[in-house]
Amino acid sequence: MTGSVSRRGALCIGMGAAAVVTLGRVTVAFASATDDAIAAFTGGADAKSGKIAVTAPEIAENGNTVPIEVAVDSAMDGDDMVEEVIILADGNPNPGVATFKFSPLSAEAAASTRVRLAQTQNIVAVAKMKDGTFYQDARSVKVTIGGCGG
Amino acid sequence: MAKIKPRVKVPKKADIGEIITIKTLISHPMESGQRKDKKTGETIPRNIVNSFTASFNGEPVFEAVVEPAVSANPYFEFQMRVPAAGEMAFKWIADDGEVYETSKKIKVG
Repeated sequence: MTGSVSRRGALCIGMGAAAVVTLGRVTVAFASATDDAIAAFTGGADAKSGKIAVTAPEIAENGNTVPIEVAVDSAMDGDDMVEEVIILADGNPNPGVATFKFSPLSAEAAASTRVRLAQTQNIVAVAKMKDGTFYQDARSVKVTIGGCGG
Repeated sequence: MAKIKPRVKVPKKADIGEIITIKTLISHPMESGQRKDKKTGETIPRNIVNSFTASFNGEPVFEAVVEPAVSANPYFEFQMRVPAAGEMAFKWIADDGEVYETSKKIKVG
């Protein structure tokens, strides 16, 4: 296999060349790692839908830098405050992307960054509110060329 | 390695209570630890910016815990409501122990 490995293929070996062959099963494994990460973040509490929105391109040509934004509908005052937002990518070798922590000085619980996506997958964001509730949203991004750590 | 330089965009002047957008970028390779050296087959050790914090007059504004899935030259954009005149401080911490800092003053009025 090494003889015909493309440059990008070589970059991806780090995450397991076999992933290409057993893509379906591996995706399931990644997805459960994402569920585990969500459970660790929420402490087992249910994450409701609504309030939080993930913005990401429908199709990303280059998986190395995909612009994403998370925004939570919150007054950022008193108990209506977003404490943290965790961002996960369920098709990456490690689902964790970033955790954003907001403060009373944050006027809006919104932030954007650029991420690496190894393959077509979902971006999942979970917001932790000050009152202990959790909100979740996901958006799928089609990746033309994966950004396997490269 | 190219010199690592933080860049931030903060309005110089704002009104009290105004919501400003802050954009930050630091040139950093964000070596994910997943790549292998093509010649030796050795894994290139992970070296990423793992933490970013922004504070205003010592009060935290925005913090990010960063994983390798954040792109090279990590970029963060966020908002702040200006409570008073003061100084905004930014800090990035990398896996290799390097700390990069910069600050910007905001005038009121």
